[in-house]
Amino acid sequence: MTPGVSARRVGAIILRHVYLMRSSPVRVIEMAYWPTVQMIMWGFISQFFLTHSDWLVQAAGALVSAVLLWDVVFRGNLGLSLSFLEEMWSRNLGHLFVSPLRPYEHVIALTLMSLLRTLIGITPAALLAIVFYEVNIFDMGLPLLAFFSNLLVMGWVVGLGVSAMVLRFGLGAESLAWVFVFAFAPLSGIYYPISTLPDWLQPVAWALPAAHVFEGMRGVLFDGVFHMGHFAAAVGLNVVYFSGTVALFLWVFHLARQRGQLLNMGE
Amino acid sequence: MTHAAPTKLPEPAILVRDLTKRFGAEVAVDGISFTVRAGAVTGLLGGNGAGKTTTISMLLGLLLPTSGIVRVLGHDMVTDRHGALPRMNFSSPYVDLPGRLTVRENLTVYAHLYGVDGVAARIKVLAEDLDITGLLKKPYNKLSAGQKTRVALAKALINQPALLLLDEPTASLDPDTGDWIRSYLKSYQDRTGATIFLASHNMAEVERLCDDVLVMRAGRIHDHGTPRALIDRYGRRTLEEVFLDIARGHDRRTTHAVRDEGTPPPPSAPPADPATGTGTEAGE
Repeated sequence: MTPGVSARRVGAIILRHVYLMRSSPVRVIEMAYWPTVQMIMWGFISQFFLTHSDWLVQAAGALVSAVLLWDVVFRGNLGLSLSFLEEMWSRNLGHLFVSPLRPYEHVIALTLMSLLRTLIGITPAALLAIVFYEVNIFDMGLPLLAFFSNLLVMGWVVGLGVSAMVLRFGLGAESLAWVFVFAFAPLSGIYYPISTLPDWLQPVAWALPAAHVFEGMRGVLFDGVFHMGHFAAAVGLNVVYFSGTVALFLWVFHLARQRGQLLNMGE
Repeated sequence: MTHAAPTKLPEPAILVRDLTKRFGAEVAVDGISFTVRAGAVTGLLGGNGAGKTTTISMLLGLLLPTSGIVRVLGHDMVTDRHGALPRMNFSSPYVDLPGRLTVRENLTVYAHLYGVDGVAARIKVLAEDLDITGLLKKPYNKLSAGQKTRVALAKALINQPALLLLDEPTASLDPDTGDWIRSYLKSYQDRTGATIFLASHNMAEVERLCDDVLVMRAGRIHDHGTPRALIDRYGRRTLEEVFLDIARGHDRRTTHAVRDEGTPPPPSAPPADPATGTGTEAGE
């Protein structure tokens, strides 16, 4: 049989998660709840700093924009890993993988679900930022699309890595879906330039796509310049990390077939 | 039993040769071989830990064997499982469907996964067949055990499989529901000629449904034959008594055969079954 991606099978998995969201409006509200609360809190902090910081006066929306963009990483990660965890919670993995669904089709479906969940989560907060603080993140224009895409892919890398750990070690590792991504926050330069970090730590930070994105964001907001170098570095790193994480997930899937974990995984 | 035939036989539904699965030092399945012809209903019996679920997992391609060959519908389940998966399906009380989705939503998702044409019409037919029309709008997790079993069976039949693998299809069901499921499976097989391979602890079920039986013990095929042939071979009245003999290590096969027939069958090569002529051929 010729390997290939079946749009119908990928669509079936997306349909399964759309049905799930439709059955529980609370889940949809929850997706938008935290980004909105974060945005409101950082909006007030920004207003306070505007009267106490010359640096922030140069770009009033920098903190709120940073909050919204960091949430792309968090939501991208959570959107993917939660979609995977749903199959384990419902003890459905065995049925899925005795169907013609291929593991890489499952990965594609998980990334598309992550995109959907991220948009549902971030869009209301971004719109409310305009209403509450007159911070319009969409004013960044095309660079925003570049930042969003790179941060989303970084979220997928983390989410797929977490999913691989859960597949390997079971649901005992599920809390990683919520906490693991924050290990990268201090190094990503979300609210401060990478130059703030100790010299020895800066090379580590530059190995993260998010560090290039947030440095690029400040370039656009403070100087009105889109730094192609940071963009290219973020894309390059994401290609390497995403390829590596897909390979890791498929390898762990292979191990699960060796160990017989697919039929009996679940709560 | 399968014998040499003058003409080329059609591809068996299942062909297993020297299949072994080890988990570390533990041998879960120990070099088993058997063949299931297309259109047969074959039961896999054995006590807990005998190797039934491990065997079924390897037939599904969910578990990779340590060594040996497992071919299903003509496809190697290690290297080419996606060639067979669209034409087979599986049901087990130990694997659930998403609980928050309604029955119709679950069946719709799986219909798309299996590439079924005319999804709504197929679900309608299955729902009428399995008497679940009234359940289509209900979330799966709100169903009783019997209702869940019927829905799981609907999912397993959504693609009209040529091979149906069932793990304890009537486990934890009341006698009436269990009987209904058995009747349905029998009529489905009569109508479609599908191959059914089922693991069960319900001996009456196996006697009623199965053309052939494989009995596993400690990871090996201990014996096989038609239910009637096994009962006769062990000098028992029911398959349950045969099962208990084997599970408790009381191999009455030899003594009974010696006493009554004088020709004990060798354990490694159980005698051919004259009752059916074909069906399941097995050996360790």
